[in-house]
Amino acid sequence: MDWEALEVSLWLAFWTCVVLTPVGIIVARQLAWRRFRGRGFAEALVALPLVLPPTVLGFYLLVAFGSDWPIGQFWQWLTGGTLVFTFEGILIASIIFNLPFAVQPLQRAFEAIPHEVREAAWCSGLSTWQTFWRVELPLAWPGLISAVALTFAHTLGEFGVVLMVGGSISGETKTIAIAIYDRVQAFDEAAAGNMSVLLLLISFITIGIVYGLAGRRRGVRV
Amino acid sequence: MIALLVTGPAQAQRPPTVAAASDLQFAIEDLAARFTEETGQRVRLNFGSSGNFRRQIAQGAPFELYMSADEAYVEALYESGHLEDAGDLYAVGRVVLITRQGASLDPEAGLAALAGALEAGEIRRFAIANPEHAPYGVAAKQALQSAGLWEVIQPHLVFGENVSQAAQFALSPDADGGIVAWSLALAPSLDRRSDWALIPEDHHEPLRQRMALVKGAGETARAFYDFILSDPGRAVLAEYGFITPDPD
Repeated sequence: MDWEALEVSLWLAFWTCVVLTPVGIIVARQLAWRRFRGRGFAEALVALPLVLPPTVLGFYLLVAFGSDWPIGQFWQWLTGGTLVFTFEGILIASIIFNLPFAVQPLQRAFEAIPHEVREAAWCSGLSTWQTFWRVELPLAWPGLISAVALTFAHTLGEFGVVLMVGGSISGETKTIAIAIYDRVQAFDEAAAGNMSVLLLLISFITIGIVYGLAGRRRGVRV
Repeated sequence: MIALLVTGPAQAQRPPTVAAASDLQFAIEDLAARFTEETGQRVRLNFGSSGNFRRQIAQGAPFELYMSADEAYVEALYESGHLEDAGDLYAVGRVVLITRQGASLDPEAGLAALAGALEAGEIRRFAIANPEHAPYGVAAKQALQSAGLWEVIQPHLVFGENVSQAAQFALSPDADGGIVAWSLALAPSLDRRSDWALIPEDHHEPLRQRMALVKGAGETARAFYDFILSDPGRAVLAEYGFITPDPD
């Protein structure tokens, strides 16, 4: 068991969730309730990473992160470092790649809240902000848990993008999925097996959470 | 219609598949093109890490010819009865110190220059293939150890999954160089973008590359095997920086 790789993966998953939870809520609310021009396009854009080959994203990130492109230059100016071969680099990849996993469960949850409920809240004198905290979020709670669980589990399993822009540095960009791959290539089945069992368990627990919540929500339909 | 889809492309005349180590990427493409020119027969090339191919062949992957960068893998497969024979040594590989053109490090000055650059803090990232499972990664590690740099360079290393990826990393704007296969540095697409210099042979164990036919290989694979060992074949390998030994 490569504990260092597990730690990198857990931090990566944690920070991806931290960034994507507020982003996911904002985007999902807009998509669920707002009718604006280009809404279909925005929805398609959010869903794109679901079908985008990880290597394609990896390739574009390699290009964009390079010192000869604005993103790379901006990062260089900001931190004095580079994005390729760093934790920050794989975190950006992870955030882009998990956007649909964070947005879609939340969007379904917000869409399921009847408009009358929000109107009633406003009529009772609650501000938009109070309505969000006291009415919308409690109702959308299962969607939020699903979004976080899916994002977390999906990040742990990320492989293609990390392989392309990470460089397999211990304690920095060598995630558990990369460690499994390296161990398999080095004919170390025992270590690969241990780490795979751990990821399998985490995946099971995630699916359990997501489906459990979906079932409960069906049960409390009014 | 469905039956057509399932059978796929011309089942009868399938060209044989070759599993070749990634340091052969350019040399074997060249060899295969000449082979097709001479004989009219085609082969399909797959590139990857030697260790990965060893595993796939052991599990019955439909390769007909295995060209490894490390002879130990070929010997292991022969022992386990997956190959026709112990095969032939077809090349001995060398490694180079390589940088992007215009990088601050000058490969001509060799590993001594790397030591100076490390001391001056001019090296951010340095790329090699993963020494855990890539033969060229092992050679790079040995070369760095010979120069007494292995400990110092640790925090700066990035690892390519195979030697091709190591080369791609080494030439990226975010790295300051790397140690990769000479055969890759000689390829036009890399040569244009890089400066490189050979690392002395005595800095690492010789990279003895062995190939063998997989059990059940067909006629075309056999012909290609013989072509690689023929004089024109060996001339192509020599062009790509491989030392071509006398077949054993």
